[in-house]
Amino acid sequence: MAGKTNDDALFQFLLRMGDNSLILGHRVSEWCGLSPVLEEDIALANTALDLIGQTQFWLGLAGEVEGKGRTADDLAFLRDAWDFRNVLMVELPNGDFGQTMMRQFLYDAWSQVMVGRLIKSGDKRIADIAEKASKEVAYHVERSADTVVGLGDGSEESHARMQAAIDYLWPYVGEMFDGDEVDAAMVAAGIAPDPASLREEYDALVNKVLSEATLKVPTDVFHHKGGRTGYMHTEHLGHLLTSMQWLQRAYPGATW
Amino acid sequence: MSKEWPLWEVFIRGQHGLSHRHVGSLHAPDEEMAIKNARDVYTRRNEGVSIWVVEARHIAASSPEEKGPLYEPSNSKVYRHPTFFDIPDDVGHM
Repeated sequence: MAGKTNDDALFQFLLRMGDNSLILGHRVSEWCGLSPVLEEDIALANTALDLIGQTQFWLGLAGEVEGKGRTADDLAFLRDAWDFRNVLMVELPNGDFGQTMMRQFLYDAWSQVMVGRLIKSGDKRIADIAEKASKEVAYHVERSADTVVGLGDGSEESHARMQAAIDYLWPYVGEMFDGDEVDAAMVAAGIAPDPASLREEYDALVNKVLSEATLKVPTDVFHHKGGRTGYMHTEHLGHLLTSMQWLQRAYPGATW
Repeated sequence: MSKEWPLWEVFIRGQHGLSHRHVGSLHAPDEEMAIKNARDVYTRRNEGVSIWVVEARHIAASSPEEKGPLYEPSNSKVYRHPTFFDIPDDVGHM
């Protein structure tokens, strides 16, 4: 596992994990003070904080593996859009509350399957992070699944909004299961699973919850991509970063 | 039908062995979400090991106007307190 190429691949893999939780955590935090009810406001803030907590572990390890002295904070606040490796789905604007909860469920379901595999990673540092995250993730998916079912199988309006949400978000789901040479290196090193191998378990969970929610899973197989490889993000990531990184951009090196 | 979610009263047991204590209330569409909301609103700082929720409308409460008949009769019955026994010194603090 010592080779330079492997460390590069490991660095990329860790950025993907950390950037997913960072960008989604930031998006979810945008609901703080604006949620439809107080209880959801606090619950979403908790989720955002959990995700940012996970980010500290993933990006902290990424900086360590990179070996250039960059900290998790450096990676979060001093990179520009093209250096981010999150999937496109997590950078999309929140939309309405239903769309936010649908995205949360679609991500949580992936996260649960992924973390479940990473607990058995051959790299103990990764297995430890996965173990720590697994309890949060289990709660997140339980909560977001319940909300998706509650709203999907709710009023006529909430059902229509949730169907619109899954129709809109579905083309972004496939990217989570794309693999490339980084993933191949992780599989070869026994560090992380082939993303495609998560799909069956993911689909079973998503289909079960969406059918309980009386929602139709789109059958279109097309999906957007470019986030996890860094090839091309959506226009939304840059806007998100201007807000997330504002302080470091306005006052470089500020600490408190 | 009201569009407002029903009100739930939340009881949390802080440590094993202690009883559940009323900590506040919240709104939720059903009992499962009420427990989740209670977890998120009232146990963020590691306060609890167990949560009870009960819909507020199911709580029967005594009426403040009846406090005379309910509580005053016990005022004059000091003998109900077990303070008239001589406790041997060996027993120590009770």
